[in-house]
Amino acid sequence: MTATSYNRAPGDRSIVTDKEEPISAGALVYTLGLALAVIMTALSFWVANTSLLWAAGVPLGLAVLAIAQMGIHLVFFLHITTGPDNTNNVMALAFGVLIVLLVMAGSLVIMTNLNGSMMPADLMDMQMHY
Amino acid sequence: MNVTAAVEAGEPLPSASEAGPAPKRVVVAYGFWIFLLSDIVMFSALFASYAVLRHATAGGPSGAQLFNQTRVAIETACLLASSYTCGLMALAVNSRSRLGTYVGALLTFVLGAAFLALEIREFADMIAQGASPQRSAFLSSFFALVGCHGVHVAAGLVWLAAMMAQVAVKGFRPAVLRRLQCFSLFWHALDIVWVGLFTVVYLMGVTP
Amino acid sequence: MNLLGKLDWSAIPFDQPIIMGAGAFMVLAIVGILSWVTLKGYVPYLWREWITSVDHKRIGVMYFLLALVMLLRGFSDAIMMRAQQAVAAGGAQGYLPPEHFDQVFSAHGTIMIFFVAMPFVIGLMNFVLPLQLGVRDVAFPTLNSVSFWLTASGVLLINISLVVGEFAKTGWIAYPPLSELQFSPGVGVDYYLWSLQISGVGTLLTGINFVTTILKLRAPGMGYMRMPVFCWTSLAANLLIVAAFPVLTATLGMLLLDRYLGFHFFTVDGQGNAMMYVNLFWVWGHPEVYILILPPFGIFSEVVSTFSGKPLFGYRSMVAATMAICVLSFLVWLHHFFTMGASADVNGFFGIMTMIIAVPTGVKVFNWLFTMYGGRVRFEVPILWSIGFMVTFVIGGMTGVLMAVPPADFQLHNSLFLVAHFHNVIIGGVVFGVMAGYNYWFPKAFGFKLDERWGRASFWCWLIGFYVAFMPLYVLGLMGMTRRMQHYDNPAWQPWLVVAAIGTVIILGGIVSQIVQLVVSIRHRDRLRVTGDPWNGRTLEWSTASPPPAWNFAVLPQVAERDNYWVTKQRANAEQVPPLQYEPIETPKNSPVGFVNAFFAVAIGFALIWHIWWMAGLGLFGTFLTILIFAFRDEDETEVPEAQLAQFDRAHQSEVAI
Repeated sequence: MTATSYNRAPGDRSIVTDKEEPISAGALVYTLGLALAVIMTALSFWVANTSLLWAAGVPLGLAVLAIAQMGIHLVFFLHITTGPDNTNNVMALAFGVLIVLLVMAGSLVIMTNLNGSMMPADLMDMQMHY
Repeated sequence: MNVTAAVEAGEPLPSASEAGPAPKRVVVAYGFWIFLLSDIVMFSALFASYAVLRHATAGGPSGAQLFNQTRVAIETACLLASSYTCGLMALAVNSRSRLGTYVGALLTFVLGAAFLALEIREFADMIAQGASPQRSAFLSSFFALVGCHGVHVAAGLVWLAAMMAQVAVKGFRPAVLRRLQCFSLFWHALDIVWVGLFTVVYLMGVTP
Repeated sequence: MNLLGKLDWSAIPFDQPIIMGAGAFMVLAIVGILSWVTLKGYVPYLWREWITSVDHKRIGVMYFLLALVMLLRGFSDAIMMRAQQAVAAGGAQGYLPPEHFDQVFSAHGTIMIFFVAMPFVIGLMNFVLPLQLGVRDVAFPTLNSVSFWLTASGVLLINISLVVGEFAKTGWIAYPPLSELQFSPGVGVDYYLWSLQISGVGTLLTGINFVTTILKLRAPGMGYMRMPVFCWTSLAANLLIVAAFPVLTATLGMLLLDRYLGFHFFTVDGQGNAMMYVNLFWVWGHPEVYILILPPFGIFSEVVSTFSGKPLFGYRSMVAATMAICVLSFLVWLHHFFTMGASADVNGFFGIMTMIIAVPTGVKVFNWLFTMYGGRVRFEVPILWSIGFMVTFVIGGMTGVLMAVPPADFQLHNSLFLVAHFHNVIIGGVVFGVMAGYNYWFPKAFGFKLDERWGRASFWCWLIGFYVAFMPLYVLGLMGMTRRMQHYDNPAWQPWLVVAAIGTVIILGGIVSQIVQLVVSIRHRDRLRVTGDPWNGRTLEWSTASPPPAWNFAVLPQVAERDNYWVTKQRANAEQVPPLQYEPIETPKNSPVGFVNAFFAVAIGFALIWHIWWMAGLGLFGTFLTILIFAFRDEDETEVPEAQLAQFDRAHQSEVAI
């Protein structure tokens, strides 16, 4: 098939996959990815356990690190790029990320709001006792 | 009209969306990509439940009292390393090296199994302490979320074993190559879910 | 430990004449059909050509047939409810005891949404999409068969619940804590959960399959902006399936964990949060209504354009509106529970989003109107359904926007006004659309048209019956009648409910006309025989023979414009068609894997409902083994030789020439 130049399968590092290629060429990408991922993970664990940082900022920092690490996995392990042959893959991913964000953020906002309207637990206990 | 013919004839290339049906490898991998996105949406519902029920301990133990960060760090290391070996396996597959594929698969399998064993151990310890999923809504959502990822890893191990049997019996024929490609996608995606998981559950869970 | 779990003879309600009668009828019908098929010797044919078929056209037809059968089941529930409420006024209790009435309305909702509307829409997409895209099949033909048979498994389970055990008494949404083990200890909710989980997997796989098909398999030259609008709306609907159904799976999964393993997601004790279920259920639930309505929007676009003899007005705005709805439908779900106690800010946001989503829908209505304007409209059956839709759907849409205003919703929530509203959009939108598509594409599927007179009779019965049945419910809702009442005290409601019951009988006339139409058309098929292009169509499906061959197109069409086939026809006289070069085609081989998987899926579902653990284990093992054996098969394609292609295609070409 020759019409492949516009299409890249998700996870393919380059378009031409029918040809055999030496292992060493791709191993570098994976090794680099692993190194970066390890750094990110280590940073995450450090941030969660250190007392050097402002406590209220820790969850935000962890979230940023997690998203960065997910990005590293996508680029180095799943080979997602911004090239034109990857447009469909990236669009699908963007749609998925949008839905995930809507589901999680929406649920959290709604449920926090609903919980805020509930009778506090201690009041409820008092009412049950009387 | 295929693209090379068009190029040879000096015609302008049709735009990307007009090139006709994509080759099977692309179609299969793309379909699996869509499946992975749907799987991640399913995880997002479990994540949302965990986030909502995180403080609903019903007087039972909280995350800070239960989670063992060292164990989580080892689990993370196992899974990360297995993702790396899975990548090396994909390279071996691309160069049609059977030995390399088997070694990569074996390493991936062992690391994945180690991760799973640690997780089962963690669950068993928690249940032994009375922190079972029946104890509180928080623990229900914890076991469901982490357990769902664990079930995925277990399914991945079964899949990997089946794929090695296929490589052994059938060799690197196109159908087998496509399935191996999908397996790599699956395994890397599980790693991405785990990044979210250890951050939200274990690391944010122990910070006050 | 009982070998059959909770199952024993007490599960079968021998003391309930209505249930036993319906059950006996169902069993007799199944036994009758099976023995007829066996005696006539049709079994090998059915097995070879239908049950193991992976041809998207066959699977589409089977989906449609399944939905038609379930429509009868769901509709008999509707008639029972209308009859009950027509008589149970004042002190009267009617003929249905409360626990039975509760099962009837729960089954009606569940069946109509999951096993009628969904298979109707998926069946049409299955049949039409590859033909319109100019390709030979969907992306994953065998997976398509698996999807269908999983849906059929869900159907079978929900029908078993009629005779063995009971169905849920919780309404089709099964809100906890009512649906938790504490308050619903029976197997009813389990039937609900497992049949939805099993068919839900099938639906999800369908969604993945169709998204991949539309995005990766199109005829050469068919850019996105040349796709027929039905393909666009199907793309949006299937993206929504892929994004929304996993949430339903997760939510029902949590409820299952609560019921089977004592988890505390939604329970009253253990600090569970029942509101989380409501929230997650509607995260799926609102996109679901757009999954149902978007493909019919596409059908209307095709029908209106074809029968007006004009290109669709505002194609680009139609595409934009479709994709806008696709995203916006994920931003409105809270309007299903305005009254649950969120603050005014949150309610206000979701109310406004709900009003905004009406805008792209309005754009579509104007596009259809402007397409007809100035056209030479042929008033055949499909366009009748389309016009009926436009009038009815606009009314339903406006009552929807009315309820998007939170203060108004506080008055109307859970009333019959709401029931009238969603029937107004689902019948007026989805059912009318499906019927338009059925009359429109039937000749393509079978090579002969449906009878015109009975088609018109069916349309008028449905249209008039709909208004007679549901307009009274709007009034009743404003009078304060809530939904799901087994009996009521207010005698002022009764006349309206009697009128509604009469409306249901008129709709019954419509359904009967439809069945008669099908029978009459099959008997007179020689008189109704058509060529590949009976309606003077515009899109690629009309360029091939009716019924299309297994390979759809002998040579993949080259697309250069929107409405490509129409344009080709306009030029056909001026240009000489070059002789076609045929190349052999690989077609996917039939596979019993879908059917075998369905067998195991039913076994697993039934075993889990009745706590027969060994059987569930065996079923899971069987599924695993089936997939493994399938993965190890050697050949998955057969080749259609050139000569066969050429012979078939020349015959079709000469037919068109005449």
